[in-house]
Amino acid sequence: MKPLFAKRLRGLGALLLGSFALTAAASDDALREYREMFGDDNPAALWEARGEQLWQTARGPQHASLAACDLGLGPGVVKGAYAQLPRWFADTARVEDLESRLLTCMTELQGFPRDALLTTRFGDGERKSDLEALAAYVVGASRGAEIRLPLQHPAEQAAWALGQAAFYYRAGPHDFSCATCHAQADKRIRLQTLPQLTTAEGAREAYTHWPAYRISQGELRTFEWRLQDCYRQQRFPQLKFASEVAVGLSLFLAKTAEGGAMAAPAIRR
Amino acid sequence: MRRLALVLWGLLNALPAQAAEPVNERLRDSFEAKNQATLERLEQDETQQLCTRYAPTDLPAEVARRIQSLNQSTIKPPADGQYLGDFTRGEAIAQRGTGWQSSDDPAKPAGGNCYACHQLAAAEVAYGNLGPSLYHYGKLRGASAEVLAATWGKLYNSNATEPCSRMPRFGHRGILDEQQLKDLMALLFDPASPVNQ
Repeated sequence: MKPLFAKRLRGLGALLLGSFALTAAASDDALREYREMFGDDNPAALWEARGEQLWQTARGPQHASLAACDLGLGPGVVKGAYAQLPRWFADTARVEDLESRLLTCMTELQGFPRDALLTTRFGDGERKSDLEALAAYVVGASRGAEIRLPLQHPAEQAAWALGQAAFYYRAGPHDFSCATCHAQADKRIRLQTLPQLTTAEGAREAYTHWPAYRISQGELRTFEWRLQDCYRQQRFPQLKFASEVAVGLSLFLAKTAEGGAMAAPAIRR
Repeated sequence: MRRLALVLWGLLNALPAQAAEPVNERLRDSFEAKNQATLERLEQDETQQLCTRYAPTDLPAEVARRIQSLNQSTIKPPADGQYLGDFTRGEAIAQRGTGWQSSDDPAKPAGGNCYACHQLAAAEVAYGNLGPSLYHYGKLRGASAEVLAATWGKLYNSNATEPCSRMPRFGHRGILDEQQLKDLMALLFDPASPVNQ
């Protein structure tokens, strides 16, 4: 890593605590302020570098690296793989997104217990998540790659349909669905702009920029994290990690974003 | 080939409406209870079922009427007949975005989060635009018995007049209690409220 970048990052913690513990009101300002100070440097690079190392290192009870992990383009092929996920995998007979496929590889190839991996699925301060680091690495290797999801397998079509159904499913004390906030153009919550996820343009803007380094949290977050936090705000129960709805909704939105070029990990407020 | 693709696309689009039952079960398998946000929250009442079934298309007129009548009958006027509470408390409720999330303390009063979607007092510039501006709400409309009752109805159950509204049914679903609704009414109508300055 460039020394200047590392130095800037050390100052980041204090800045983040000072400037970003605020309401959504100033969120766009926070992002602009951040960019003015740090330019295009993205702390996600730290997660990407750690993820690459984790990918290549022999780890777990079976002392294996992830070199044999098939993300859909063949064992060990990382470049461009994220732009073609979620997809059907014959070995598990399931449609998997990146997060669930990483779980599969880490349990099957390396022998990690699934429950332990799920406990640390989201990093929290000092306790960093290996899954988030691996996701950052894999997604970074798809920068510039066009999202392509032919959905030729019937299970992929079923996952798309489930994702669409989940998007419009109204429930909970507040009657919210994803569509409540994300089906119209030029809408905001407070000052936070809302992507219109029902159009190619809006879905691309959102989907191609996740995973993202989240300034307000000081963590890199994956798309599944984004989804489960939306559901929290919808007043729903907790979305299970790597669940059918998590994968289906990711696939539904990725399909709408098809043709967009991946630009993640990005920076978000 | 293109025709086949079109047929397939049509079938896919038709799926959600037909597959309501299995989707419910699969939703249930994909969520887990967390604190106050239990799995019962995934169960839909008839209004939610109908709004889901016809989204994102327009509601057929008879379905719209059904939803309106289901919800109209739920509206309870204030027990003491007094619609207006305290606008200062109302402003605090309009500002507060917490309440009913799995991450919220259920012992603390819930907010209405009105500013998330509406402009209200001019001093608050951080307002959303999912709903219409409510600035000068009472000043523009006056406070006749009809206007008070209609506004109470809107807060209590938005679906009585606008089927499948994006606005929560604050009274009917118990999101806010009667006193909180009165305080919001005062925020909208009290001549001294910041909304009417």
